[in-house]
Amino acid sequence: MSTTRAAPASSGRRAATGRHGHGTDPDHRRPSWRDRLYRFDMRYMPYVLIAPFFLIFLVFGLFPLVFNGVVALRNYRLDDPTLTGWAGLANFRQLFGDEDFWNALYNTFGIFLLSSVPQLLLALIVASLLNRRLRAQTWWRVGVLLPYVTPIVASTMVFSVFFSRDFGMANWVLGLFGIGGDEPINWRADKLHAWIAIATMVNWKWIGYNALLYLAAMQSIPRDVYEAAAVDGAGPWRQLWRITVPMIQPVIVFTVILSTIGGFQLFIEPMLFDLNSQAATGGPNGEWQTIAQLIYKVGWKDLNLGYAAAMSWALFLIILVVAGINTLLTNRLSGGRSR
Amino acid sequence: MSAVDTAPPPPAVTTSRRRRAALMGRAPQDTPAGIGTYLLLATTMLFAAFPLYWMFVIATSNDEALAQIPPAVIPGDRFLVNLDEVFSLQDVYFAASLINSVIVSTVVTAAMLFFCSLAGFAFAKLRFAGSRWLMLFVVLTLTVPNQLGVVALYIVMGKLGWNGTLLAVIVPGLVTAFGVFYMRQFILNTVPDELVESARMDGATTMRVYWNIVLPAIRPALAVLGLLTFVSTWNDFQWPLITLGGTDYPTSMVAISDLASGNYVIYRRVLAGAFVATIPLLIMLFIGGRQIVRGIMEGAVKS
Repeated sequence: MSTTRAAPASSGRRAATGRHGHGTDPDHRRPSWRDRLYRFDMRYMPYVLIAPFFLIFLVFGLFPLVFNGVVALRNYRLDDPTLTGWAGLANFRQLFGDEDFWNALYNTFGIFLLSSVPQLLLALIVASLLNRRLRAQTWWRVGVLLPYVTPIVASTMVFSVFFSRDFGMANWVLGLFGIGGDEPINWRADKLHAWIAIATMVNWKWIGYNALLYLAAMQSIPRDVYEAAAVDGAGPWRQLWRITVPMIQPVIVFTVILSTIGGFQLFIEPMLFDLNSQAATGGPNGEWQTIAQLIYKVGWKDLNLGYAAAMSWALFLIILVVAGINTLLTNRLSGGRSR
Repeated sequence: MSAVDTAPPPPAVTTSRRRRAALMGRAPQDTPAGIGTYLLLATTMLFAAFPLYWMFVIATSNDEALAQIPPAVIPGDRFLVNLDEVFSLQDVYFAASLINSVIVSTVVTAAMLFFCSLAGFAFAKLRFAGSRWLMLFVVLTLTVPNQLGVVALYIVMGKLGWNGTLLAVIVPGLVTAFGVFYMRQFILNTVPDELVESARMDGATTMRVYWNIVLPAIRPALAVLGLLTFVSTWNDFQWPLITLGGTDYPTSMVAISDLASGNYVIYRRVLAGAFVATIPLLIMLFIGGRQIVRGIMEGAVKS
């Protein structure tokens, strides 16, 4: 063992250079192999350890995002490689007059409303059910995650059968309640029904996951908050809305942002709900075509990558704006209850 | 629940006692769950599990079961027949797609655990110039939705010649900002500085410290991150569809969507395939459910 290696981290380097200066021992005139290794290890190894992340992220994360902006300003067609060059703002201008885009935006927004609001409300209720002293506590929590681990591709196929017109389970159940008995609902014929069907899939998938996020926050509420509120004699229901919800408001805002980001990029459900999914049109007349789906269609069915890139940027801006508005709204709603 | 407010008869004795407990200001998590809570939770479970159960019912049935009122709710006996049909299809190589999914998910998960723990270790325990700024960069990238760069990513992969190969779905997922951040937090909180220092004193190299001290200490975090990564990689659809769609050997999720396209879709086949592709995840939830729950409750999931 050389003395340098035994020395503490900070003095190690100084010891090595100091000895180098004295030069008493011919062996140590130049830094030895071990010294060099040591110095490399101390000085550069940290960079080696973090290099994989930065390399991968720069090449496959950041660069595509920036490059996307360049592509959006160019002519870029997969079917016509000769058509190149700058397009200026033509792609963005086309966007404003594109009926498909506005239709997809409308659908995305509608499905988002129908899925996010019930999803988060039901998640709150499930979380408050889980937030009791339960037998087999872990198994209840694992149970609500069944939809979360199920591939959306698989569950969407099940729901696709579930919402079929003639022999679907949904129509049969509704028929039991006297709804649509003679004339079964055609879930793929108009916007509202298609939106409801797709929103059901989204709700099913994410309620349990959000419930666990809420549960984690609920369990970190200090117990004396409940003691203090005991005076006004609130039952479990009022306890939930008047104490618990305002106390976990930051997490609620977080889930609202998450579901906004996720909801506006909805892709698998609308794709596979379509009986002719390869076309990516979201129904014969685009009844439930979402923006993410339209981007896929424009890019890889119409082969117009430049326009698809412009659409991606538009979607990015829309998500930013909607997430901002939703954050403000949620702050208002869930914060107002505490007073 | 609302009956409690008005009803004093015998069965309500326990509930009214519970209610009084709530009035005394007991926190909900200290209040034992009543029958009503268990019933509601059981209903929730039923809704959560039913689509999976029904997937199995259709996967085991014949075509007639799908065309009857009331719909079939009892599993049939044709699972192996349907499975055999799926695996022997000529235009969709389902077995190969399952193997591809296994390869992609396993490689991505292993690489994630290795690279993220290395970088997390560096950020948590090593001193180097610029570490604060670089960490800030990692945190900022957490907010970047890379889904939106998908068009350009396709072009990049095209230049590399990787479109249509598994490399295109594996490489971008090898290490993520979220994983690095998660590992850094965990290492910061669980690995004592003194332990690292004393190993240094004994002349341990950085990699030896990582291997002998950090790795054993972060096993729980590795389990959480590993399970979550595997599940999300296995279920990924959009990017695999873009880059592998139309090739003979996509991942299983893309293969299922291939099964479900065409003029006449045979759902018992599609759902037999879907069920097979869901089984590995159900097993993971069964074995690692506790870890997955903890991972989510620690806020361990980005999307």
